[in-house]
Amino acid sequence: MKEEQGNLNPDTWLKDHGDYLFRYALMRLRDKTAAEETVQETFLAALKGKDQFKGQASVRTWLVGILKHKIMDYFRKSSREFSFSELASLEDPSQDLFDQNGRWKAEPVPLRDDPEDVLEKKEFWKAFEACISSLPKRLAQIFALREFEGLRGEEICNLLGISSTNHLGVLMFRARAGLARCLETNWFGKKE
Amino acid sequence: MITCEEAARLISDSLDRKLPLRQRVALRMHLLMCKFCPTFRQQLILLRDAASRYREEAYTPP
Repeated sequence: MKEEQGNLNPDTWLKDHGDYLFRYALMRLRDKTAAEETVQETFLAALKGKDQFKGQASVRTWLVGILKHKIMDYFRKSSREFSFSELASLEDPSQDLFDQNGRWKAEPVPLRDDPEDVLEKKEFWKAFEACISSLPKRLAQIFALREFEGLRGEEICNLLGISSTNHLGVLMFRARAGLARCLETNWFGKKE
Repeated sequence: MITCEEAARLISDSLDRKLPLRQRVALRMHLLMCKFCPTFRQQLILLRDAASRYREEAYTPP
């Protein structure tokens, strides 16, 4: 149901936007409890601040805006508890890609469709979500901050307490290479 | 010549920042000579396009 401008109806928020916001948070936080918490905080903050809702954007856009802040707060808090700099040796889906001479062990598989067509396919999106979910949690978080939230490298480093953009570059590479390899298995290389 | 491993790293880096001239040239030369790294690059570009569409359309993929 579409709400009129300036006519907020908090009773229907959970029903109309709850699932959407939860999914939004989950794809970025990769943690169910954290996603639930940030969504809950979002609704509470929205309720408190509902007089500030100007009706220029849709209710959903407004709620997402609040949720984004809550997600950033979560990262800020959790980066104090978990050092991304210690990650180096922990999780690396890219570790088996190359031999000792820096050559591909298994060569990347070319797309079998035009990239534009690929993005129109339901199966691709299923594989995309499944592959993001199968990434190590911290890599998925970094990938989401960069590619979904569009943060710059320096911003991500500040947010998560990563020591250098070079270090972040290593992590971005692992995330992307891991995703590409996963999509190869689940999508690129598959015959129709 | 840089290795495929180095090239792959640079391909990823180039999505986040403008590479310095030397690295840029090294990467372009590698991409011309290598059979496989251009495919990797194509994959990463598709990933980026997919991610940005995912963001914009806010979870209503087809």
